[in-house]
Amino acid sequence: MRDWIRVSLLVVSCSAVIAWYIGQGLTADNYQFFLQLRFPKVLAIILAAMAISASSLVFQTITNNRILTPSILGFDSLYLLVQVLIVIGFGAASALVIEAVPNFLLATSIMIGFSLMLFHFYFKRGGDNIFTLLLIGVVCGSLFTSMTGFLTMLVDPNEFAVIQRSMFASFNNINAELVYWSTLPLILCFSILFSASRKLDVLWLGQDNAISLGINTKRLTKQMMVVITILVAIATALVGPVLFFGLITVSLTRELFSRFQHRFLILASSLIAILLLVLGQWFVEKVLTFQTTISVIINLVGGSYFMMLLLRNKIN
Amino acid sequence: MLVKQRLLAACVFVVLAIVSLLLGAADVSFSALLSGDKHATDIYLISRLPRLIAIVLAGAGLSIAGLVMQQIMQNRFASPSTTGTIDCALLGYVVGLIVLQEASQWSYLAVIFAFAVLGTLIFVRFLQQIQFKNVVLVPLIGIMYGNVVSASTTFLAYKNDLVQTMSSWSIANFASVLQGSYEILYLAIPACLMAYYYASQFSAASIGQSFAKNIGLDFKKIVLIGVVLVAISTASVVMIVGVIPFLGLIVPNVVSLFMGDNMKKIIPWTAYWGVILVLTCDILGRLIIFPYEMPISMIISIFGGVVFIYLVLKDKAHA
Repeated sequence: MRDWIRVSLLVVSCSAVIAWYIGQGLTADNYQFFLQLRFPKVLAIILAAMAISASSLVFQTITNNRILTPSILGFDSLYLLVQVLIVIGFGAASALVIEAVPNFLLATSIMIGFSLMLFHFYFKRGGDNIFTLLLIGVVCGSLFTSMTGFLTMLVDPNEFAVIQRSMFASFNNINAELVYWSTLPLILCFSILFSASRKLDVLWLGQDNAISLGINTKRLTKQMMVVITILVAIATALVGPVLFFGLITVSLTRELFSRFQHRFLILASSLIAILLLVLGQWFVEKVLTFQTTISVIINLVGGSYFMMLLLRNKIN
Repeated sequence: MLVKQRLLAACVFVVLAIVSLLLGAADVSFSALLSGDKHATDIYLISRLPRLIAIVLAGAGLSIAGLVMQQIMQNRFASPSTTGTIDCALLGYVVGLIVLQEASQWSYLAVIFAFAVLGTLIFVRFLQQIQFKNVVLVPLIGIMYGNVVSASTTFLAYKNDLVQTMSSWSIANFASVLQGSYEILYLAIPACLMAYYYASQFSAASIGQSFAKNIGLDFKKIVLIGVVLVAISTASVVMIVGVIPFLGLIVPNVVSLFMGDNMKKIIPWTAYWGVILVLTCDILGRLIIFPYEMPISMIISIFGGVVFIYLVLKDKAHA
């Protein structure tokens, strides 16, 4: 019961923060102009927050641990690499590059293939130690980033300008068309997650237990990998790579709530993520007056938190 | 056999060095140089030769720094890029730019050096407190530590409009090396000699604190000397050339795969292979989009990342 009170508190504070963020300084004269700018921004924040937190949560379930997230394993740098590959492969003028929808579809499908391969590579030796996996993931992430850098040096400046748009996505320059469009796949992913949530609850008990309780874990894992990849693609397309954000929200959710049902956790972590991101964006805009970007703050706070988690995990 | 090996090694180096000297956007041949053409002599003396020397010094310095780091941290995967040394040096550079404004190169170096030593010492102390059993945890925490440090660097740089400056010099590129701007790199020579002098003590320290104490060594002092040596090489390379990732990690590891762990024996070879690797990558970087240049850090980080992953996987297969 206490958990539901907390959730309702979260809902109230989220709506309050969002309403205040959208509503500040509005008058009858300027509201059209401001709303036009602010609405896509807030929507992007909400969508990205939901995508990041849900993907991290489910990723932790299928890998059965509490410190991995898709972005720490380099998935969002993979998205950028795929974008560059598309530009190089099809040319900057191709519809696959310019129009948001075909571009998103193509990038996501390439990424799904890639990530299934990576996942196979990461996890093929069952019972591997988690730290080796993490280290390899981190190095893979930086490897993808350097390959992206390498390829961007090779393309000509006009094509680079196209790539740059996806490389430096942030809440301060949002592609409105993309925002509205990505609501659709996000809703689709969430409905899949919700319908599979009971199975995920069982999977969280561990691979062996899940199998003996009648879950086809391999199939479920593959399905979930596809969903996670789409979610990561949405989040990266909207706001660019944010390395530690999923980790923070999911850990906070697990600290705050003592429940294990995925339906509940997905909801709660999305709410926490929305609250944190809107507050963070407000902090960057008003307190720091745009003197830094939100990803710097996330890296600073999240990185320290991650180190703390690693240490605690080891000492226990 | 040994003489033959050395001769071959020397030949490889000489060939690569000549290629490196001949390569460049300006079309000048050796014959022009020998005939005393003013233009050719200038190009060789001001740009090409300093570049070659800088490559040799940076390659040798960073590889040996990695080797020393691995010994004092008692961990194969320790190196300036996986223990936060490079990130702390970058932080020092930004702080130096903000605080010092227009001071001499040496005072910048002092600030960078101080940050590198302090940052690395904090990390080393921190690890000694915890005493990990797991070998991959050290680089993992080190990389995270580096991430946190570089987030604060970005924060400072963003605030002071230095992001562009920072990204331009943090990408390693030997193209900017000119006569009169790279001489600080010569610090790598005393650092390498010192490393050679203390080699056996570092080896003793690498076995463990209690062992080092038992044979009468001051463990803390050796660690401090090691960190200072690493910081000298790293600070000078970061300041003049930029960040060359993974170099200090993969060269010592690969060398010791083939040559064992005798410090005195492998130090010269580590330096040699470091030089060869940097030289090869630099030549590659100059050829790929000739007459433009690809920064060496990109080539080396792709290559180094792959080798690093291989080393980690291999290590696990043997463990």
